[in-house]
Amino acid sequence: MITKPLTKNIDMARGPLNISDYQAVDGYQSVQVIAKGLSPQDTLELVKASGLKGRGGAGFPTGLKWSFVPQGDNSPKQKYFVVNADEMEPGTFKDRLLMEGDPHLLIEGVIIGSYAIQASKAYIFLRGEYTVSERALEKAIDEAYEKGYLGSNILGTGFNLDVILHTSAGRYICGEETALLNALEGKRAIPRAKPPFPQVSGLWGKPTIVNNVETICNLPGILTYGVDWYHGLTKGKDHGTKLFGVSGKVNTPGCWELPLGTPIRELFENHAGGMRDGLELKGFLPGGGSTDFMLPEHLDLNLDYDEITKAGSRLATGTMIILDSGTCPVGMVGNLMKFFSQESCGFCTPCRDGLPWVDEIFNEFENGCGSEKDLEILHEHVDYLGPGRTFCALAPGATAPLGSGLKYFAEDFHRHIKDKRCPYKH
Amino acid sequence: MTSSGLIASSVTRARKLSAEEINEIEHEITLYADKKAVGLEALKIVQKHQGWVSDESLLAISQYLDIPGSDLEGVATFFNLIFRRPVGKNVILLCNSVSCWIMGCDEIKDYIKEKLGIDFGETSDDGEFTFLPVPCLGDCDRAPSMMVGDNLHRNLTLDKIDEIIQQYRNQ
Ligand SMILES: Cc1cc2nc3c(=O)[nH]c(=O)nc-3n(C[C@H](O)[C@H](O)[C@H](O)COP(=O)(O)O)c2cc1C
Ligand code: SF4
Ligand code: FES
Repeated sequence: MITKPLTKNIDMARGPLNISDYQAVDGYQSVQVIAKGLSPQDTLELVKASGLKGRGGAGFPTGLKWSFVPQGDNSPKQKYFVVNADEMEPGTFKDRLLMEGDPHLLIEGVIIGSYAIQASKAYIFLRGEYTVSERALEKAIDEAYEKGYLGSNILGTGFNLDVILHTSAGRYICGEETALLNALEGKRAIPRAKPPFPQVSGLWGKPTIVNNVETICNLPGILTYGVDWYHGLTKGKDHGTKLFGVSGKVNTPGCWELPLGTPIRELFENHAGGMRDGLELKGFLPGGGSTDFMLPEHLDLNLDYDEITKAGSRLATGTMIILDSGTCPVGMVGNLMKFFSQESCGFCTPCRDGLPWVDEIFNEFENGCGSEKDLEILHEHVDYLGPGRTFCALAPGATAPLGSGLKYFAEDFHRHIKDKRCPYKH
Repeated sequence: MTSSGLIASSVTRARKLSAEEINEIEHEITLYADKKAVGLEALKIVQKHQGWVSDESLLAISQYLDIPGSDLEGVATFFNLIFRRPVGKNVILLCNSVSCWIMGCDEIKDYIKEKLGIDFGETSDDGEFTFLPVPCLGDCDRAPSMMVGDNLHRNLTLDKIDEIIQQYRNQ
Protein backbone atom coordinates (compact mmCIF):
# COMPACT_ATOMS: atom_id res chain seq x y z
CA MET A 1 0.00 0.00 0.00
CA ILE A 2 1.16 3.50 -0.81
CA THR A 3 1.75 5.40 2.44
CA LYS A 4 3.68 8.40 1.12
CA PRO A 5 1.78 9.55 -1.97
CA LEU A 6 3.46 12.98 -2.07
CA THR A 7 7.08 11.90 -1.90
CA LYS A 8 7.09 8.25 -3.05
CA ASN A 9 8.93 9.17 -6.25
CA ILE A 10 11.31 11.70 -4.74
CA ASP A 11 15.00 10.92 -4.62
CA MET A 12 16.95 14.17 -4.74
CA ALA A 13 20.21 12.36 -5.48
CA ARG A 14 18.68 10.85 -8.63
CA GLY A 15 16.61 13.86 -9.72
CA PRO A 16 12.97 13.83 -10.86
CA LEU A 17 11.47 10.98 -12.89
CA ASN A 18 10.91 11.59 -16.58
CA ILE A 19 7.43 10.98 -17.87
CA SER A 20 7.92 7.33 -18.90
CA ASP A 21 9.35 6.36 -15.53
CA TYR A 22 6.66 8.38 -13.82
CA GLN A 23 3.95 6.54 -15.78
CA ALA A 24 5.49 3.24 -14.78
CA VAL A 25 4.71 3.97 -11.12
CA ASP A 26 1.00 4.76 -11.60
CA GLY A 27 1.76 8.25 -12.96
CA TYR A 28 -1.14 9.91 -14.83
CA GLN A 29 -3.44 7.01 -13.85
CA SER A 30 -5.91 9.59 -12.54
CA VAL A 31 -6.21 11.05 -16.03
CA GLN A 32 -7.02 7.54 -17.27
CA VAL A 33 -9.73 7.36 -14.58
CA ILE A 34 -11.16 10.58 -16.00
CA ALA A 35 -10.89 9.23 -19.55
CA LYS A 36 -12.90 6.18 -18.50
CA GLY A 37 -15.83 8.46 -17.77
CA LEU A 38 -15.48 10.17 -14.39
CA SER A 39 -17.47 13.39 -14.73
CA PRO A 40 -16.23 16.76 -13.45
CA GLN A 41 -19.02 16.71 -10.85
CA ASP A 42 -17.97 13.23 -9.66
CA THR A 43 -14.34 14.38 -9.51
CA LEU A 44 -15.37 17.25 -7.28
CA GLU A 45 -17.45 14.93 -5.09
CA LEU A 46 -14.49 12.59 -4.64
CA VAL A 47 -12.26 15.45 -3.53
CA LYS A 48 -14.97 16.67 -1.16
CA ALA A 49 -15.35 13.17 0.28
CA SER A 50 -11.57 12.87 0.73
CA GLY A 51 -11.66 15.67 3.30
CA LEU A 52 -8.58 17.32 1.77
CA LYS A 53 -7.86 20.74 3.28
CA GLY A 54 -5.69 23.43 1.67
CA ARG A 55 -1.99 23.17 2.50
CA GLY A 56 -1.19 26.81 1.66
CA GLY A 57 -1.79 28.08 5.17
CA ALA A 58 -5.49 28.62 5.74
CA GLY A 59 -6.58 24.95 5.69
CA PHE A 60 -9.80 25.59 3.77
CA PRO A 61 -11.56 22.40 2.46
CA THR A 62 -10.56 22.04 -1.18
CA GLY A 63 -13.72 20.41 -2.53
CA LEU A 64 -15.89 23.03 -0.89
CA LYS A 65 -13.81 25.82 -2.42
CA TRP A 66 -14.18 24.29 -5.88
CA SER A 67 -17.95 23.97 -5.45
CA PHE A 68 -18.27 27.79 -5.38
CA VAL A 69 -17.25 28.00 -9.03
CA PRO A 70 -20.40 28.71 -11.03
CA GLN A 71 -21.14 25.96 -13.55
CA GLY A 72 -23.72 25.43 -16.27
CA ASP A 73 -24.81 27.28 -19.38
CA ASN A 74 -25.15 30.65 -17.69
CA SER A 75 -21.68 30.63 -16.14
CA PRO A 76 -18.70 32.30 -17.86
CA LYS A 77 -17.22 29.85 -20.33
CA GLN A 78 -13.61 30.69 -19.48
CA LYS A 79 -12.49 29.53 -16.05
CA TYR A 80 -8.98 29.45 -14.64
CA PHE A 81 -7.05 27.15 -12.35
CA VAL A 82 -4.03 28.73 -10.66
CA VAL A 83 -1.22 27.04 -8.75
CA ASN A 84 0.17 29.06 -5.88
CA ALA A 85 3.87 28.20 -6.04
CA ASP A 86 5.10 31.48 -4.59
CA GLU A 87 6.46 29.84 -1.43
CA MET A 88 8.05 32.63 0.60
CA GLU A 89 6.70 32.24 4.12
CA PRO A 90 9.78 32.44 6.37
CA GLY A 91 10.82 28.97 7.47
CA THR A 92 8.81 27.18 4.76
CA PHE A 93 10.54 24.81 2.36
CA LYS A 94 8.03 22.16 1.29
CA ASP A 95 6.70 23.17 -2.13
CA ARG A 96 10.26 23.47 -3.41
CA LEU A 97 10.82 19.79 -2.57
CA LEU A 98 7.68 18.71 -4.45
CA MET A 99 8.47 20.72 -7.56
CA GLU A 100 12.16 19.86 -7.74
CA GLY A 101 11.58 16.24 -6.74
CA ASP A 102 8.48 15.17 -8.68
CA PRO A 103 7.16 17.86 -11.04
CA HIS A 104 4.85 15.45 -12.90
CA LEU A 105 2.83 14.90 -9.71
CA LEU A 106 1.98 18.60 -9.70
CA ILE A 107 1.10 18.64 -13.41
CA GLU A 108 -1.14 15.57 -12.93
CA GLY A 109 -2.87 17.33 -10.04
CA VAL A 110 -3.34 20.47 -12.13
CA ILE A 111 -5.14 18.40 -14.77
CA ILE A 112 -7.53 17.01 -12.13
CA GLY A 113 -8.26 20.40 -10.56
CA SER A 114 -8.75 22.08 -13.91
CA TYR A 115 -11.02 19.28 -15.12
CA ALA A 116 -13.15 19.37 -11.97
CA ILE A 117 -13.88 23.09 -12.37
CA GLN A 118 -13.74 22.93 -16.18
CA ALA A 119 -10.89 25.36 -16.62
CA SER A 120 -9.16 25.23 -19.98
CA LYS A 121 -6.24 27.31 -18.83
CA ALA A 122 -4.02 26.85 -15.80
CA TYR A 123 -1.23 29.13 -14.61
CA ILE A 124 1.55 28.03 -12.30
CA PHE A 125 2.63 31.12 -10.36
CA LEU A 126 6.20 30.26 -9.45
CA ARG A 127 8.53 32.16 -7.20
CA GLY A 128 11.28 33.74 -9.35
CA GLU A 129 14.14 32.47 -7.19
CA TYR A 130 13.08 28.82 -7.71
CA THR A 131 15.20 28.31 -10.81
CA VAL A 132 15.59 24.55 -10.35
CA SER A 133 11.82 24.14 -9.99
CA GLU A 134 11.38 26.26 -13.11
CA ARG A 135 13.53 23.99 -15.22
CA ALA A 136 11.94 20.82 -13.79
CA LEU A 137 8.41 22.11 -14.44
CA GLU A 138 9.22 23.33 -17.96
CA LYS A 139 10.47 19.87 -18.86
CA ALA A 140 7.51 18.11 -17.23
CA ILE A 141 5.01 20.37 -19.03
CA ASP A 142 6.69 19.70 -22.41
CA GLU A 143 6.63 15.96 -21.79
CA ALA A 144 2.98 16.04 -20.73
CA TYR A 145 2.03 17.84 -23.96
CA GLU A 146 3.96 15.28 -26.00
CA LYS A 147 2.10 12.39 -24.39
CA GLY A 148 -1.28 14.04 -24.86
CA TYR A 149 -2.02 14.73 -21.16
CA LEU A 150 -2.12 18.43 -21.96
CA GLY A 151 -3.40 20.26 -25.03
CA SER A 152 -6.68 19.65 -26.80
CA ASN A 153 -9.00 16.69 -26.40
CA ILE A 154 -6.93 15.08 -23.64
CA LEU A 155 -7.06 11.26 -24.02
CA GLY A 156 -10.19 11.60 -26.11
CA THR A 157 -12.22 13.19 -23.32
CA GLY A 158 -13.02 16.35 -25.23
CA PHE A 159 -11.40 18.28 -22.39
CA ASN A 160 -8.75 20.88 -23.36
CA LEU A 161 -6.09 22.28 -21.07
CA ASP A 162 -3.11 24.56 -21.49
CA VAL A 163 -0.68 24.97 -18.61
CA ILE A 164 1.41 28.15 -18.48
CA LEU A 165 4.36 28.66 -16.21
CA HIS A 166 4.62 32.23 -14.86
CA THR A 167 7.75 33.12 -12.94
CA SER A 168 7.47 35.99 -10.50
CA ALA A 169 10.18 38.36 -9.31
CA GLY A 170 10.19 38.19 -5.56
CA ARG A 171 7.53 39.72 -3.33
CA TYR A 172 5.90 37.84 -0.43
CA ILE A 173 2.50 39.49 -0.91
CA CYS A 174 2.16 37.76 -4.30
CA GLY A 175 1.37 34.61 -2.32
CA GLU A 176 -1.87 36.17 -1.09
CA GLU A 177 -4.29 34.80 -3.63
CA THR A 178 -5.92 38.02 -4.82
CA ALA A 179 -2.58 39.87 -4.97
CA LEU A 180 -1.35 36.91 -7.00
CA LEU A 181 -4.17 37.41 -9.50
CA ASN A 182 -3.30 41.10 -9.84
CA ALA A 183 0.32 40.14 -10.44
CA LEU A 184 -0.73 37.64 -13.13
CA GLU A 185 -2.69 40.40 -14.82
CA GLY A 186 0.49 42.47 -14.91
CA LYS A 187 -0.52 44.87 -12.14
CA ARG A 188 1.16 45.79 -8.89
CA ALA A 189 0.52 42.88 -6.53
CA ILE A 190 -1.93 44.49 -4.12
CA PRO A 191 -4.70 42.35 -2.58
CA ARG A 192 -8.26 42.80 -3.84
CA ALA A 193 -11.37 43.44 -1.79
CA LYS A 194 -13.39 40.29 -1.09
CA PRO A 195 -16.17 39.62 -1.99
CA PRO A 196 -16.29 38.95 -4.86
CA PHE A 197 -14.21 35.86 -4.19
CA PRO A 198 -11.91 34.60 -6.94
CA GLN A 199 -14.05 31.46 -7.30
CA VAL A 200 -16.71 33.73 -8.81
CA SER A 201 -14.66 36.63 -10.16
CA GLY A 202 -10.93 36.09 -10.29
CA LEU A 203 -8.39 36.32 -13.09
CA TRP A 204 -9.63 38.89 -15.64
CA GLY A 205 -12.97 38.70 -13.84
CA LYS A 206 -13.47 35.01 -14.59
CA PRO A 207 -14.12 32.21 -12.08
CA THR A 208 -10.74 31.15 -10.71
CA ILE A 209 -9.44 28.62 -8.22
CA VAL A 210 -6.12 29.21 -6.50
CA ASN A 211 -4.60 26.21 -4.74
CA ASN A 212 -1.28 25.56 -3.11
CA VAL A 213 1.28 23.20 -4.71
CA GLU A 214 1.05 20.62 -1.93
CA THR A 215 -2.76 20.66 -1.95
CA ILE A 216 -2.72 19.86 -5.67
CA CYS A 217 -0.15 17.09 -5.24
CA ASN A 218 -2.71 15.27 -3.06
CA LEU A 219 -5.18 14.96 -5.95
CA PRO A 220 -3.63 12.21 -8.12
CA GLY A 221 -3.63 9.70 -5.24
CA ILE A 222 -7.27 10.41 -4.38
CA LEU A 223 -8.40 9.53 -7.91
CA THR A 224 -5.94 6.71 -8.52
CA TYR A 225 -6.20 4.82 -5.23
CA GLY A 226 -9.59 6.01 -4.01
CA VAL A 227 -11.12 7.86 -1.09
CA ASP A 228 -11.03 4.83 1.25
CA TRP A 229 -7.29 4.49 0.73
CA TYR A 230 -6.90 8.23 1.36
CA HIS A 231 -8.87 7.99 4.59
CA GLY A 232 -6.55 5.20 5.71
CA LEU A 233 -3.48 7.45 5.60
CA THR A 234 -4.09 9.64 8.64
CA LYS A 235 -3.34 9.00 12.29
CA GLY A 236 -5.73 11.73 13.41
CA LYS A 237 -8.90 13.60 12.51
CA ASP A 238 -7.74 15.40 9.37
CA HIS A 239 -7.17 13.36 6.25
CA GLY A 240 -4.08 12.52 4.31
CA THR A 241 -0.38 12.96 4.76
CA LYS A 242 1.44 16.26 4.93
CA LEU A 243 4.94 17.55 4.48
CA PHE A 244 6.42 18.59 7.81
CA GLY A 245 9.70 20.42 8.10
CA VAL A 246 11.99 21.36 10.94
CA SER A 247 14.64 24.09 10.76
CA GLY A 248 16.86 25.68 13.40
CA LYS A 249 19.44 24.15 15.70
CA VAL A 250 18.25 20.54 15.69
CA ASN A 251 20.55 17.64 14.81
CA THR A 252 19.02 16.73 11.45
CA PRO A 253 16.89 19.51 9.99
CA GLY A 254 14.77 18.44 7.03
CA CYS A 255 11.37 17.81 5.51
CA TRP A 256 9.36 14.60 5.78
CA GLU A 257 5.99 13.31 4.64
CA LEU A 258 4.05 12.05 7.66
CA PRO A 259 0.41 11.18 8.38
CA LEU A 260 -1.62 14.05 9.76
CA GLY A 261 -2.14 13.41 13.44
CA THR A 262 1.49 12.41 14.03
CA PRO A 263 2.66 13.60 17.48
CA ILE A 264 4.85 16.71 17.30
CA ARG A 265 7.38 14.92 19.47
CA GLU A 266 7.84 12.23 16.84
CA LEU A 267 8.64 14.84 14.21
CA PHE A 268 10.96 16.72 16.53
CA GLU A 269 12.82 13.79 18.11
CA ASN A 270 12.72 10.88 15.65
CA HIS A 271 13.01 12.82 12.42
CA ALA A 272 14.75 16.07 13.32
CA GLY A 273 16.93 14.29 15.88
CA GLY A 274 16.17 16.61 18.80
CA MET A 275 18.26 19.59 19.87
CA ARG A 276 21.98 19.89 19.23
CA ASP A 277 24.24 19.16 22.20
CA GLY A 278 24.22 21.82 24.86
CA LEU A 279 20.99 23.43 23.66
CA GLU A 280 17.46 23.15 24.91
CA LEU A 281 14.15 23.64 23.15
CA LYS A 282 12.73 26.99 24.22
CA GLY A 283 9.78 27.24 21.83
CA PHE A 284 8.78 26.78 18.20
CA LEU A 285 6.63 28.22 15.46
CA PRO A 286 4.68 25.19 14.16
CA GLY A 287 3.87 26.32 10.63
CA GLY A 288 6.06 29.13 9.36
CA GLY A 289 6.63 32.75 10.36
CA SER A 290 2.93 33.72 10.58
CA THR A 291 2.08 31.27 13.37
CA ASP A 292 2.04 31.69 17.16
CA PHE A 293 4.84 30.30 19.29
CA MET A 294 4.28 27.00 21.03
CA LEU A 295 6.26 25.68 24.01
CA PRO A 296 8.06 22.42 24.91
CA GLU A 297 4.96 21.42 26.88
CA HIS A 298 3.07 21.26 23.56
CA LEU A 299 5.31 18.55 22.08
CA ASP A 300 2.82 15.84 22.92
CA LEU A 301 0.05 17.39 20.87
CA ASN A 302 -0.63 15.94 17.44
CA LEU A 303 -0.06 17.60 14.09
CA ASP A 304 -3.76 18.16 13.41
CA TYR A 305 -5.40 21.41 12.32
CA ASP A 306 -7.82 21.58 15.26
CA GLU A 307 -5.42 20.43 17.92
CA ILE A 308 -2.83 23.08 17.08
CA THR A 309 -5.55 25.73 16.87
CA LYS A 310 -6.73 24.81 20.37
CA ALA A 311 -3.19 25.37 21.64
CA GLY A 312 -3.46 28.95 20.31
CA SER A 313 -1.47 28.54 17.11
CA ARG A 314 -1.99 27.19 13.58
CA LEU A 315 -0.68 24.18 11.69
CA ALA A 316 -0.48 26.42 8.59
CA THR A 317 2.40 25.29 6.33
CA GLY A 318 3.56 22.56 8.72
CA THR A 319 7.16 23.75 8.70
CA MET A 320 8.44 24.23 12.24
CA ILE A 321 11.03 26.82 13.20
CA ILE A 322 12.90 25.95 16.39
CA LEU A 323 13.88 28.53 19.00
CA ASP A 324 16.76 27.16 21.06
CA SER A 325 17.98 28.23 24.50
CA GLY A 326 21.01 30.02 23.03
CA THR A 327 19.05 32.19 20.59
CA CYS A 328 17.45 35.46 21.65
CA PRO A 329 13.65 35.29 21.36
CA VAL A 330 13.49 39.08 21.04
CA GLY A 331 15.94 38.93 18.15
CA MET A 332 13.98 36.13 16.50
CA VAL A 333 10.68 38.02 16.68
CA GLY A 334 12.52 41.17 15.57
CA ASN A 335 13.82 39.35 12.49
CA LEU A 336 10.27 38.32 11.58
CA MET A 337 8.96 41.87 12.11
CA LYS A 338 11.62 43.24 9.75
CA PHE A 339 10.48 40.73 7.15
CA PHE A 340 6.79 41.61 7.47
CA SER A 341 7.56 45.31 7.55
CA GLN A 342 9.60 45.11 4.35
CA GLU A 343 7.08 42.90 2.58
CA SER A 344 4.03 45.02 3.45
CA CYS A 345 2.52 46.04 0.13
CA GLY A 346 1.74 49.48 1.54
CA PHE A 347 -1.92 49.51 0.64
CA CYS A 348 -3.49 49.94 4.06
CA THR A 349 -2.34 52.24 6.85
CA PRO A 350 -2.12 50.01 9.95
CA CYS A 351 0.22 47.62 8.14
CA ARG A 352 2.21 50.20 6.13
CA ASP A 353 2.86 52.46 9.13
CA GLY A 354 2.48 50.04 12.03
CA LEU A 355 4.94 47.35 10.98
CA PRO A 356 7.90 49.73 10.40
CA TRP A 357 7.20 51.22 13.83
CA VAL A 358 7.25 47.76 15.39
CA ASP A 359 10.44 46.98 13.48
CA GLU A 360 12.04 50.19 14.75
CA ILE A 361 11.21 49.30 18.35
CA PHE A 362 12.85 45.92 17.95
CA ASN A 363 15.97 47.72 16.71
CA GLU A 364 15.86 49.77 19.91
CA PHE A 365 15.71 46.59 21.99
CA GLU A 366 18.59 45.12 20.01
CA ASN A 367 20.65 48.26 20.71
CA GLY A 368 19.85 48.29 24.40
CA CYS A 369 17.54 51.32 24.26
CA GLY A 370 14.21 49.51 24.69
CA SER A 371 11.86 50.91 27.35
CA GLU A 372 8.70 49.87 29.18
CA LYS A 373 6.85 52.39 27.02
CA ASP A 374 8.14 50.61 23.90
CA LEU A 375 6.87 47.35 25.27
CA GLU A 376 3.43 48.89 25.72
CA ILE A 377 3.45 50.09 22.12
CA LEU A 378 4.33 46.58 20.94
CA HIS A 379 1.42 45.16 22.91
CA GLU A 380 -0.92 47.73 21.38
CA HIS A 381 0.17 46.75 17.88
CA VAL A 382 -0.88 43.15 18.42
CA ASP A 383 -4.37 44.61 18.49
CA TYR A 384 -3.92 47.39 15.88
CA LEU A 385 -2.58 44.96 13.30
CA GLY A 386 -4.84 42.06 14.20
CA PRO A 387 -7.54 40.24 12.22
CA GLY A 388 -10.22 42.54 10.85
CA ARG A 389 -8.10 45.71 11.05
CA THR A 390 -6.26 45.35 7.78
CA PHE A 391 -7.02 44.65 4.17
CA CYS A 392 -5.32 41.26 4.01
CA ALA A 393 -3.86 38.62 6.31
CA LEU A 394 -0.21 39.75 6.12
CA ALA A 395 -0.34 42.06 9.14
CA PRO A 396 -2.48 39.71 11.27
CA GLY A 397 0.08 37.03 10.37
CA ALA A 398 2.81 39.24 11.82
CA THR A 399 0.90 39.61 15.08
CA ALA A 400 1.01 35.83 15.64
CA PRO A 401 4.71 35.57 16.57
CA LEU A 402 4.59 39.09 18.04
CA GLY A 403 1.71 38.54 20.45
CA SER A 404 2.75 35.04 21.49
CA GLY A 405 6.41 36.11 21.75
CA LEU A 406 5.50 38.99 24.06
CA LYS A 407 3.45 36.61 26.18
CA TYR A 408 5.79 33.63 26.44
CA PHE A 409 9.10 35.46 26.50
CA ALA A 410 8.13 38.52 28.60
CA GLU A 411 11.08 37.84 30.87
CA ASP A 412 13.49 38.18 27.94
CA PHE A 413 11.99 41.50 26.86
CA HIS A 414 12.32 42.84 30.42
CA ARG A 415 15.93 41.73 30.66
CA HIS A 416 16.76 43.70 27.52
CA ILE A 417 15.32 46.79 29.18
CA LYS A 418 16.97 46.20 32.54
CA ASP A 419 20.42 45.19 31.25
CA LYS A 420 20.34 47.81 28.46
CA ARG A 421 21.69 45.17 26.10
CA CYS A 422 20.83 41.85 24.54
CA PRO A 423 21.61 39.27 27.23
CA TYR A 424 22.26 36.62 24.57
CA LYS A 425 25.20 38.53 23.07
CA HIS A 426 28.59 37.82 24.56
CA MET B 1 1.22 63.14 -24.66
CA THR B 2 1.29 59.91 -26.59
CA SER B 3 -1.18 57.06 -26.30
CA SER B 4 0.95 55.43 -23.64
CA GLY B 5 0.78 58.52 -21.45
CA LEU B 6 4.41 59.53 -21.71
CA ILE B 7 5.67 62.99 -22.39
CA ALA B 8 7.11 63.32 -25.85
CA SER B 9 10.60 64.35 -24.74
CA SER B 10 11.09 61.18 -22.75
CA VAL B 11 9.68 59.00 -25.51
CA THR B 12 12.61 59.93 -27.72
CA ARG B 13 14.85 58.34 -25.13
CA ALA B 14 13.30 54.90 -25.53
CA ARG B 15 15.82 52.42 -26.88
CA LYS B 16 14.99 50.04 -29.68
CA LEU B 17 14.11 46.57 -28.45
CA SER B 18 16.20 43.87 -30.12
CA ALA B 19 14.60 41.34 -32.44
CA GLU B 20 15.29 38.64 -29.87
CA GLU B 21 13.62 40.62 -27.09
CA ILE B 22 10.61 41.28 -29.28
CA ASN B 23 10.32 37.60 -30.22
CA GLU B 24 10.31 36.56 -26.61
CA ILE B 25 7.83 39.25 -25.60
CA GLU B 26 5.54 38.27 -28.49
CA HIS B 27 5.62 34.67 -27.30
CA GLU B 28 4.56 35.73 -23.79
CA ILE B 29 1.69 37.78 -25.21
CA THR B 30 0.18 34.62 -26.71
CA LEU B 31 -0.08 33.08 -23.23
CA TYR B 32 -2.21 35.75 -21.57
CA ALA B 33 -5.71 37.08 -22.18
CA ASP B 34 -4.45 40.67 -22.38
CA LYS B 35 -1.10 41.89 -23.67
CA LYS B 36 -0.84 44.40 -20.83
CA ALA B 37 -0.44 41.41 -18.51
CA VAL B 38 3.07 40.67 -19.74
CA GLY B 39 4.69 43.82 -18.33
CA LEU B 40 6.67 41.87 -15.76
CA GLU B 41 7.62 39.19 -18.29
CA ALA B 42 8.87 41.89 -20.66
CA LEU B 43 10.88 43.53 -17.88
CA LYS B 44 12.43 40.16 -17.06
CA ILE B 45 13.22 39.46 -20.71
CA VAL B 46 14.92 42.81 -21.13
CA GLN B 47 16.82 42.35 -17.90
CA LYS B 48 18.00 38.92 -19.03
CA HIS B 49 19.49 40.46 -22.17
CA GLN B 50 20.69 43.81 -20.81
CA GLY B 51 21.56 42.90 -17.23
CA TRP B 52 19.21 45.55 -15.81
CA VAL B 53 16.25 47.75 -16.77
CA SER B 54 17.31 51.26 -17.79
CA ASP B 55 14.85 54.16 -18.25
CA GLU B 56 15.30 53.71 -21.99
CA SER B 57 14.34 50.04 -21.76
CA LEU B 58 11.39 50.78 -19.52
CA LEU B 59 10.07 53.34 -21.98
CA ALA B 60 10.57 50.97 -24.87
CA ILE B 61 8.50 48.26 -23.17
CA SER B 62 5.88 50.79 -22.14
CA GLN B 63 5.44 51.83 -25.78
CA TYR B 64 5.56 48.30 -27.10
CA LEU B 65 2.86 47.01 -24.75
CA ASP B 66 0.93 50.26 -24.59
CA ILE B 67 1.17 50.39 -20.80
CA PRO B 68 1.51 53.88 -19.24
CA GLY B 69 5.13 54.39 -18.17
CA SER B 70 4.10 55.20 -14.62
CA ASP B 71 2.16 51.91 -14.32
CA LEU B 72 5.07 49.90 -15.64
CA GLU B 73 7.45 51.71 -13.32
CA GLY B 74 5.04 50.83 -10.50
CA VAL B 75 5.42 47.17 -11.39
CA ALA B 76 9.18 47.38 -11.93
CA THR B 77 9.86 49.00 -8.55
CA PHE B 78 7.47 46.65 -6.74
CA PHE B 79 9.45 43.50 -7.45
CA ASN B 80 12.73 42.81 -5.67
CA LEU B 81 14.33 41.04 -8.60
CA ILE B 82 13.83 43.75 -11.21
CA PHE B 83 16.97 45.88 -11.19
CA ARG B 84 16.46 49.53 -12.08
CA ARG B 85 20.17 50.22 -11.60
CA PRO B 86 23.12 48.44 -13.19
CA VAL B 87 24.26 45.39 -11.24
CA GLY B 88 27.50 43.44 -11.15
CA LYS B 89 28.25 40.34 -13.20
CA ASN B 90 27.14 38.16 -10.28
CA VAL B 91 24.24 39.04 -8.01
CA ILE B 92 24.55 37.57 -4.53
CA LEU B 93 21.21 37.10 -2.77
CA LEU B 94 21.82 36.28 0.88
CA CYS B 95 18.83 35.02 2.82
CA ASN B 96 18.34 37.02 6.00
CA SER B 97 15.04 35.49 7.16
CA VAL B 98 14.38 33.73 10.40
CA SER B 99 15.92 30.24 10.03
CA CYS B 100 19.03 31.62 8.39
CA TRP B 101 19.24 34.26 11.11
CA ILE B 102 19.13 31.57 13.79
CA MET B 103 21.85 29.67 11.92
CA GLY B 104 24.15 32.69 11.69
CA CYS B 105 23.52 34.62 8.48
CA ASP B 106 24.60 37.86 10.20
CA GLU B 107 28.11 36.51 10.52
CA ILE B 108 28.07 35.42 6.86
CA LYS B 109 26.88 38.88 5.92
CA ASP B 110 29.66 40.64 7.82
CA TYR B 111 32.21 38.33 6.26
CA ILE B 112 31.05 38.95 2.68
CA LYS B 113 30.84 42.66 3.39
CA GLU B 114 34.43 42.73 4.57
CA LYS B 115 35.71 40.43 1.87
CA LEU B 116 34.13 42.26 -1.06
CA GLY B 117 34.05 45.69 0.52
CA ILE B 118 30.35 46.12 -0.23
CA ASP B 119 27.24 46.34 1.91
CA PHE B 120 23.71 45.26 0.94
CA GLY B 121 22.62 47.22 -2.12
CA GLU B 122 26.14 47.88 -3.38
CA THR B 123 28.27 46.69 -6.30
CA SER B 124 31.99 45.99 -6.03
CA ASP B 125 34.33 48.43 -7.80
CA ASP B 126 35.49 45.77 -10.25
CA GLY B 127 31.85 45.21 -11.29
CA GLU B 128 32.01 41.52 -10.32
CA PHE B 129 29.48 41.36 -7.49
CA THR B 130 26.28 43.01 -6.33
CA PHE B 131 25.22 42.11 -2.80
CA LEU B 132 21.51 41.97 -1.85
CA PRO B 133 19.40 40.50 0.96
CA VAL B 134 16.54 38.17 0.02
CA PRO B 135 13.64 36.84 2.11
CA CYS B 136 13.50 33.12 2.96
CA LEU B 137 14.82 31.10 0.01
CA GLY B 138 12.78 28.03 0.97
CA ASP B 139 15.98 26.23 1.88
CA CYS B 140 15.72 26.61 5.65
CA ASP B 141 16.83 23.07 6.53
CA ARG B 142 20.16 23.89 4.93
CA ALA B 143 20.57 27.38 6.38
CA PRO B 144 22.38 29.68 6.03
CA SER B 145 21.60 29.82 2.36
CA MET B 146 22.24 32.17 -0.55
CA MET B 147 21.98 32.40 -4.32
CA VAL B 148 24.60 33.63 -6.73
CA GLY B 149 22.89 34.22 -10.05
CA ASP B 150 20.69 31.17 -10.63
CA ASN B 151 22.61 28.90 -8.29
CA LEU B 152 21.85 28.02 -4.70
CA HIS B 153 24.63 27.66 -2.12
CA ARG B 154 23.66 26.12 1.19
CA ASN B 155 24.97 25.21 4.65
CA LEU B 156 27.22 28.23 4.35
CA THR B 157 30.36 28.63 6.43
CA LEU B 158 33.05 31.29 6.20
CA ASP B 159 35.33 28.81 4.42
CA LYS B 160 32.63 28.00 1.92
CA ILE B 161 32.18 31.70 1.18
CA ASP B 162 35.89 31.92 0.27
CA GLU B 163 35.49 29.01 -2.16
CA ILE B 164 32.29 30.31 -3.71
CA ILE B 165 33.64 33.82 -4.31
CA GLN B 166 36.80 32.36 -5.85
CA GLN B 167 34.72 30.11 -8.09
CA TYR B 168 32.77 33.06 -9.52
CA ARG B 169 35.89 35.23 -9.81
CA ASN B 170 37.48 32.53 -11.96
CA GLN B 171 34.54 32.30 -14.34
C1 LIG C 1 0.68 37.39 2.82
C2 LIG C 1 0.25 36.04 2.38
C3 LIG C 1 1.14 35.21 1.70
C4 LIG C 1 0.76 33.95 1.27
N1 LIG C 1 1.67 33.17 0.61
C5 LIG C 1 1.29 31.96 0.15
C6 LIG C 1 2.20 31.14 -0.59
O1 LIG C 1 3.35 31.50 -0.81
N2 LIG C 1 1.77 29.94 -1.05
C7 LIG C 1 0.48 29.50 -0.83
O2 LIG C 1 0.12 28.43 -1.29
N3 LIG C 1 -0.39 30.25 -0.14
C8 LIG C 1 -0.03 31.46 0.35
N4 LIG C 1 -0.95 32.23 1.02
C9 LIG C 1 -2.33 31.71 1.17
C10 LIG C 1 -3.14 32.01 -0.09
O3 LIG C 1 -3.73 33.29 0.01
C11 LIG C 1 -4.27 31.00 -0.30
O4 LIG C 1 -4.99 30.87 0.88
C12 LIG C 1 -3.79 29.63 -0.72
O5 LIG C 1 -2.97 29.70 -1.86
C13 LIG C 1 -4.98 28.76 -1.02
O6 LIG C 1 -4.57 27.46 -1.40
P1 LIG C 1 -5.05 26.18 -0.60
O7 LIG C 1 -6.54 26.30 -0.39
O8 LIG C 1 -4.69 25.06 -1.49
O9 LIG C 1 -4.29 26.17 0.70
C14 LIG C 1 -0.56 33.49 1.50
C15 LIG C 1 -1.46 34.32 2.18
C16 LIG C 1 -1.06 35.57 2.62
C17 LIG C 1 -2.05 36.43 3.35
S1 SF4 D 1 -2.29 44.20 5.41
FE1 SF4 D 1 -0.31 44.93 4.59
S2 SF4 D 1 0.13 43.57 2.89
FE2 SF4 D 1 -2.10 43.36 3.34
S3 SF4 D 1 -3.10 44.89 2.03
FE3 SF4 D 1 -2.67 45.93 3.96
S4 SF4 D 1 -0.65 46.94 3.57
FE4 SF4 D 1 -0.91 45.35 2.00
S1 FES E 1 15.04 31.37 6.27
FE1 FES E 1 16.74 31.33 4.91
S2 FES E 1 16.13 29.82 3.48
FE2 FES E 1 14.37 29.95 4.78
